[in-house]
Amino acid sequence: MKIDAQGMYYRDLNLKIREAVAAGTETIELNNVNGQYFIGDGINKPVTITINGVPGNDLGAFMNGATIIVRENAQDNIGNTMNAGKVVIHGHAGDVLGYGMRGGRIHIRKDVGYRVGIHMKSYQDNKPVLIAGGKAGDFFGEYMAGGVLILLGMFTDDPSKAKHGYLFGTGMHGGVIYVRGGVDESRLAKEVGVFDLDDSDRKDLEGYVKEYCRDLKLDADEVFKERFVKIVPRSKRPYGNMYCPMPK
Amino acid sequence: MKPQPTHIFEKDISNCGLTGFVSKKGKRVEGAVIIKSISLMHDRGNGLGGGFGAYGIYPDYSEFYAFHLMYENAMAQQLTEEYLEANFFIEQQEDIPTRHTKAIANPPVFKRYFAAPLETDEYREAIEYQGLTVEDLIVRHVMAINHEIDGAFVVSSGKNMGAFKGVGFPEDIAEFFRLEEYSGHIWTAHNRFPTNTPGWWGGAHPFTLLDWSIVHNGEISSYGINKRYLEMYGYLCTMLTDTEVVAYMLDLLIRKHGLSPDLACTALAPPFWSLIDQLPDNERELYTAIRQVYGSALLNGPFAILFASNKGLIGLNDRVKLRPLVCAEYEDFVYMASEESAIREICPNPSRIWSPRGGEPVIAMVEGTA
Repeated sequence: MKIDAQGMYYRDLNLKIREAVAAGTETIELNNVNGQYFIGDGINKPVTITINGVPGNDLGAFMNGATIIVRENAQDNIGNTMNAGKVVIHGHAGDVLGYGMRGGRIHIRKDVGYRVGIHMKSYQDNKPVLIAGGKAGDFFGEYMAGGVLILLGMFTDDPSKAKHGYLFGTGMHGGVIYVRGGVDESRLAKEVGVFDLDDSDRKDLEGYVKEYCRDLKLDADEVFKERFVKIVPRSKRPYGNMYCPMPK
Repeated sequence: MKPQPTHIFEKDISNCGLTGFVSKKGKRVEGAVIIKSISLMHDRGNGLGGGFGAYGIYPDYSEFYAFHLMYENAMAQQLTEEYLEANFFIEQQEDIPTRHTKAIANPPVFKRYFAAPLETDEYREAIEYQGLTVEDLIVRHVMAINHEIDGAFVVSSGKNMGAFKGVGFPEDIAEFFRLEEYSGHIWTAHNRFPTNTPGWWGGAHPFTLLDWSIVHNGEISSYGINKRYLEMYGYLCTMLTDTEVVAYMLDLLIRKHGLSPDLACTALAPPFWSLIDQLPDNERELYTAIRQVYGSALLNGPFAILFASNKGLIGLNDRVKLRPLVCAEYEDFVYMASEESAIREICPNPSRIWSPRGGEPVIAMVEGTA
């Protein structure tokens, strides 16, 4: 099913999408999208929504099992509290991606903005994975509580820019971040440390990256030509003693 | 003098939307383009404020200061016109053309005056003996009208530019002011979502002084410090909203103190001390000096601002980027907006599109003005 979103108000567009999903449509293609908010929010069926154009903020929030493919760039707040499913972005994306995400995949080909992966979390089998193929702004993995963040630094519009920003991993207390080609340790928050990958990391990473490369038609061998490092928190409760020291 | 509370801790926390562009070659673009861009972000505002800054719109009067005045009552108009006539030669005065629209209820009266200062005794005293410039005098007149004439507000006071703003969604304000009839080489627009201050006509963005204009998304929590610092230099905050301090601060830093736009932005959003400590000696000394001298100019709190003058357009974020700002280039045009889609709406295929870092100004100057 195709929907021409040219000039359509976001509520009308999302109503049409929800009606189509309720009627059992499995693939929806949205053309001429530009800036419509909340696309794919709360959808809990395994439909595939392909977006031609730049979708607005809060794409795929609370999404539970759908797949969204964006053939262009995307904006801020993608996958807020997403539970399951996948968002694939062929261009770059903005700030605050994967906020509180607790499952599913977000695959972005190019650069991402500030606060990516903020407070991602995981529980048992629910393990969210967000992969950015380009460079990232400050506060990457801020307050991260679980899940997996992967930064490749390979596909960028700005080769002169640093691979990642300052305050990397601020407040991080769970989960893991893998970065291709190492990190600038002067930009890491004090809560995190850098480690080599072990066999279990390598196995996990290979699975994640191969899936990412399939989605974006990239060469996984090229990605693995550089060594990855692992960033994990030094403590599960970095601020436990900040206001009121806890009894031992 | 009308009674004023000494401090008004009222702020503007929001999800406002802003957009703007400049033609570096000075090509004039009709108002319909900026209207299209800001209208796309309709839902970033709530109908309590919309406004536009337009440059290059009065080429026939480019040598005169274009005063846009807002009057809440007839007495305000009478007093202001007496004040202007005493201090200015007025080449032309007229109502700002407006259109009756459903969306805009009970607007104030808007007039504009194209004026040049008269060589009064006060003028001669100021220029010849006090070392002031004509622009200093204009600032003094703007402050006097805003502060002393109840119900009169200077909406803009620069040459060959104007601000158009009020209570309503920006597309409603554009229709009210017949903005599609103007053409300019720099445009900015704002969609307001006020939470702590009244949604009144003077509180809409842009905020202006001379040909500076500011549109802002965010909240300036250092407003009190900034306001008191500016008062020492004769700037009086009368618009009940935090953004006003940014316009006056940039006037002080760039026009009065001679800082480059780049350094002025550094004063507003300087690097953290922890970063300054890591820099090479010359940079460390520069940033330390800026922070020491201009500690009271630092803007705290989240912001994205677009700051325009006849010379160009500058975009700036707070240091940790708590508000969105996206920039793009196409031919000699530079675009800046809260959302990429607002740019793509008027420039579908930019040659470059990027998000600037927090605290890193994007400076797009008109050729031949530097």
